Amino acid sequence: MRTVAPLGRRRVELTGADDVGAYRVLRVEDRTGPVPQAGQFYMLAAVEGWGAGHDERPHLPRAFSFLHAEAGRLSFMLEVVGPGTHRLARLVAGDELWLTGPFGLGFREPHDERRALLAGGGVGIPPLSAWASELAAAGAPVTGVLGFRDAYHAAGAALMAAGDVTVATDDGSVGHHGLVTELLAAELAADGHAVVYACGPPGMLEAVRALCAARDVPAQLALEAGMACGFGACHGCVVPLAQGGYMRLCVDGPVLDGDLLVAVPAHA
Amino acid sequence: MIDFCGLRLAHPIINGSGTFDAIAAQRAFGDALLAAFPFSAFVSKTITLAPRDGNPPPRLWEAQAGMINSIGLPNRGLDGYLEHDLPQLARLPVPLITNVMGSTETEVAQLVEAVDARPEIAAIELNVSCPNVATGLDIGADPVSLGALVAAVRPLTRKPLIVKLTPNTADVGAVAAAAEAAGADAVSLINTLRAMALDPRSAKPWLGGRSGGMSGPAIRSVALAQVAAVASRVSIPVVGMGGVADGRHAHDLISMGAMVVAVGTENFRDPCAGSRISQELKYLQIAGSSSTTVDVSEPQPEVELNCGDS
Repeated sequence: MRTVAPLGRRRVELTGADDVGAYRVLRVEDRTGPVPQAGQFYMLAAVEGWGAGHDERPHLPRAFSFLHAEAGRLSFMLEVVGPGTHRLARLVAGDELWLTGPFGLGFREPHDERRALLAGGGVGIPPLSAWASELAAAGAPVTGVLGFRDAYHAAGAALMAAGDVTVATDDGSVGHHGLVTELLAAELAADGHAVVYACGPPGMLEAVRALCAARDVPAQLALEAGMACGFGACHGCVVPLAQGGYMRLCVDGPVLDGDLLVAVPAHA
Repeated sequence: MIDFCGLRLAHPIINGSGTFDAIAAQRAFGDALLAAFPFSAFVSKTITLAPRDGNPPPRLWEAQAGMINSIGLPNRGLDGYLEHDLPQLARLPVPLITNVMGSTETEVAQLVEAVDARPEIAAIELNVSCPNVATGLDIGADPVSLGALVAAVRPLTRKPLIVKLTPNTADVGAVAAAAEAAGADAVSLINTLRAMALDPRSAKPWLGGRSGGMSGPAIRSVALAQVAAVASRVSIPVVGMGGVADGRHAHDLISMGAMVVAVGTENFRDPCAGSRISQELKYLQIAGSSSTTVDVSEPQPEVELNCGDS
């Protein structure tokens, strides 16, 4: 669940980058880093030009779950939403990044012979793809349901490393015309003896959480929150817990059991 | 080796309170953290008498060359700190400075007495950026209230007492002088500058706590001016901090009278910032001592150092 990070940030090289629909995939060489667990994340910053964007930002590194990890190589997926992702998306092969991690706790295996049901969409693909790949390598059947705005974004579904994947789009341009939770509800109706693994935008993640809670299906949610450090120092990435108080996503998440939350917060 | 109020520090770089959680960092980085601890002393986050959950999120806002935080001092409370955190912090390879805050003189006295009783703790730092219940003003903003508080708790401990000053005051030198007169062993500054950010979509305060504290390179020049003002007013040691991101910035604060320099926001970007900055500072000090005229406009060679072996 947790691979311990090497102490300190590492200077790593971008070996390549591709556009996949609305998303950018970055490939980096991380020769000295350990093998991470699916759902863990890294903090990334460009070595050059970090702080030279809109509003003189970014200043802090940005958190990304890895998409794929193998033999000293890592890949990440991003969509440009602000100055940090804007800068990272402009990096080309040979450019350098500061990388710290892997951080946090990843997914846990299904219990009670339940099947693994992966649900999510958008920039939530990376941890789901990494987990699908691990489950498939262990011989477990993997079913995935992914939701996107439109065909342009749905191209990201090709990044799922393994599993039997069905797609939904808001505009119906690809796959099921509707919400990913409709696909998930149909899957649960067919065979509800499952553990749901989910990652996606807050609204989608909350809909998945609520659906699983209503059907009494265990859900492991990979959440996202703005964070400054990734290793528990800043106390910025907290989510409110059902029992009261807060939990830091960086050290006690980012994967949380759905029943720990009253709701997935809009800011997470 | 530096003698800071009787604490023997291997180098002048420590952490600012609340900017590095040694317990969480050990979970993330393992025992390697203890083998190459980035700071020469560890300052705890602020401990209050009762446990605090902290402020509702969002708690962070990235600003130009820095950030605004509204964390709200989450902590386990005094008892939780002593039982749960202290045994773990006592295993750190450096002296431990415990930061405490109370909203009344009685609360602060209780905290100081309890911390004084623990031999694992080397020194006490008072966070005085807390509103006075009677006046509503920060205790640390007013020389008279601050002097009274320090005088009241001074007799309760023989451990070094450091007063963490707030920059949100008219005359920080006068506040520092009041702390010294009341028996403080050192002062540390600057704490964050009060700041606010609006959600661009709603034009309402972004942070859950409405306003917060600004830190990072954006406040470095303010810190330098305040450290210079304080160092010229007091004869006790000064811990300087505010936007320090490399050895040159630490060197600047030392040039203006700081004995020790704390690193805060830069820890978030580089977990080994403390080690790196202490090495960069050492290089600058060696370079400075070998020549009577150091041309500060000359770019200094970069020292690429890390606290691990990578």
